Amino acid sequence: MKTTFLDFEQPIAELENKIEALRFGQEDSAVDISEEIDRLAEKSQSLTKEIYAKLTPWQIAQVARHPQRPYTLDYVAHIFTDFEELHGDRAFADDKAIVGGLARFNGQPCMVIGHQKGRDTKEKIYRNFGMPRPEGYRKALRLMKLAEKFRIPVFTFVDTPGAYPGIDAEERGQSEAIGRNLYEMAGLKTPVIVTIIGEGGSGGALAIAVGDVVQMLQNSTYSVISPEGCASILWKSAEKASEAAEIMGITAPRLKSLGLIDKIVHEPCGGAHRDHGAMAHALKKALQDGLKHLQALSTEALLEARFERLMAYGRFKEQHPR
Amino acid sequence: MSWLNKLLPPKIKREQGAQRRSNLPEGLWSKCPACEAVLYATDLESNLQVCPKCGHHHRLKARQRLDILLDPEGRQEIGAEVLPTDSLKFKDSKTYPARLKDASESSGESDSMVVMQGSIKTLPVVVACFEFDFMGGSMGSVLGERFVRGVRVALEQNIPFICITASGGARMQEGLFSLMQMAKTTAALSKLSEAGLPFLSILTDPTMGGVSASFAFVGDVVIAEPGALIGFAGPRVIEQTVREKLPEGFQRSEFLLEKGAVDMIVDRREMRDRVAQLLALLQKLPAAA
Repeated sequence: MKTTFLDFEQPIAELENKIEALRFGQEDSAVDISEEIDRLAEKSQSLTKEIYAKLTPWQIAQVARHPQRPYTLDYVAHIFTDFEELHGDRAFADDKAIVGGLARFNGQPCMVIGHQKGRDTKEKIYRNFGMPRPEGYRKALRLMKLAEKFRIPVFTFVDTPGAYPGIDAEERGQSEAIGRNLYEMAGLKTPVIVTIIGEGGSGGALAIAVGDVVQMLQNSTYSVISPEGCASILWKSAEKASEAAEIMGITAPRLKSLGLIDKIVHEPCGGAHRDHGAMAHALKKALQDGLKHLQALSTEALLEARFERLMAYGRFKEQHPR
Repeated sequence: MSWLNKLLPPKIKREQGAQRRSNLPEGLWSKCPACEAVLYATDLESNLQVCPKCGHHHRLKARQRLDILLDPEGRQEIGAEVLPTDSLKFKDSKTYPARLKDASESSGESDSMVVMQGSIKTLPVVVACFEFDFMGGSMGSVLGERFVRGVRVALEQNIPFICITASGGARMQEGLFSLMQMAKTTAALSKLSEAGLPFLSILTDPTMGGVSASFAFVGDVVIAEPGALIGFAGPRVIEQTVREKLPEGFQRSEFLLEKGAVDMIVDRREMRDRVAQLLALLQKLPAAA
């Protein structure tokens, strides 16, 4: 698979093209140019590292939406075994923008739930660009309840621009579906480990993101509104998205410093999309650590800690009159 | 009339006349935005800001709503000590503290929610009410904390909790903190449910975004005022996404009732009686005399 380069990666793209051209010419060439290729490859690597070391929040948002970024089902394939996908909300339909099912994590049964985006145009439409309708959230809740019943842990993977803003979604109660999930997840009697793997888009993300551990991949984002949406409200222009990304604080390091997430999972050099295997490996390690910690707790202690964490969200001052 | 006025062309004279008329005391008359009837302010007020001609429910301030719903005696405000801060140092064309200051001056409140303990026809309750005039009733950290403190009082006193919503959604200026208030407020209600205490949700115009998609629809009974705009995504966003015209009355209370999203639509003038009746039914109390 050829890497798609983002705007700010153009210097890397040029180098890679050069390497590609040299490799192509190597077979016909009388002199050995492999040394030159290695030298360029090394340079490309260090350039990537350099560029990725100082990404702006808006550039990170681009990486989080990268068309080759691993999606939920990629992680399922790399991290879990015996995956049995479960479909439908039992009331209306099966929403393709959220996938879920039973699986094994290191041999141990668990429930996996995540937003799913599509790679090519056809698949993107099939997955509705990862934007769930109410039946998607209701399917997710059904699976969480199932996990609770059989006391197996839940892993959720968040990657959505937001819940689908459509007529049908409103008619079937998008608000209720999201609100219901928040309500039920607060008291779900089994460990829930949440990972933001790409875009954490507002309420549509939060609806499967209430848990005991909330972690983010290094180049993922999590925000109350998309940078474009924020810019179009505040400056009446989506062009200002990069400024909006800056002020809203949407990146993993910023949110970690604000105490809104627990952990950052580091990505391979140049982003998760460059090496799915290495990314999955790092994520598996993080999930393992999180689960180990949670399984040491009693259900009561687990729920109490989750509740306390929810109640602690927010920054305000207290000033008693006089 | 002076000799100068006689020289002026009639148009200018008329303008002067118009000016003189605008010197009348302000706010004596108002126009109903729904039926365009010109209404006498006192009539409108005595009718709880419901248009006597067409029944349109005008927006109310939080304290007006609390006045309408609660008995006059024995009220106590909860969470007024919780005040906003600027944790992100947020700035667009104005800083967040400047916006807070403006909002507080224009609305007379320190944030977008007023919580009050009191009683409705002698039945004790805690009522949380949104103030739409404060930054569009947007939900931030202060709102979340006041809401939770209200729920806690309800739990301690073993009494029902009511929330009256009027909000555009989450408060962008608080970034992800505002999103997390959806989880915080809703989680608090799960404790109320465990304790077997009623939660009534009253949706008024407008109830959108993060407020709609958190606690608004998890009420034991969900009530809407007539004609209120209620939904997850705003009509403009939906129109842009689906590129078709929205059906008549889309996202209005009556539409939601039809789709099965709310239990009932209650006229503001009957709200106090109906809420009291529902509370008595849910708490197995004898019917009011």
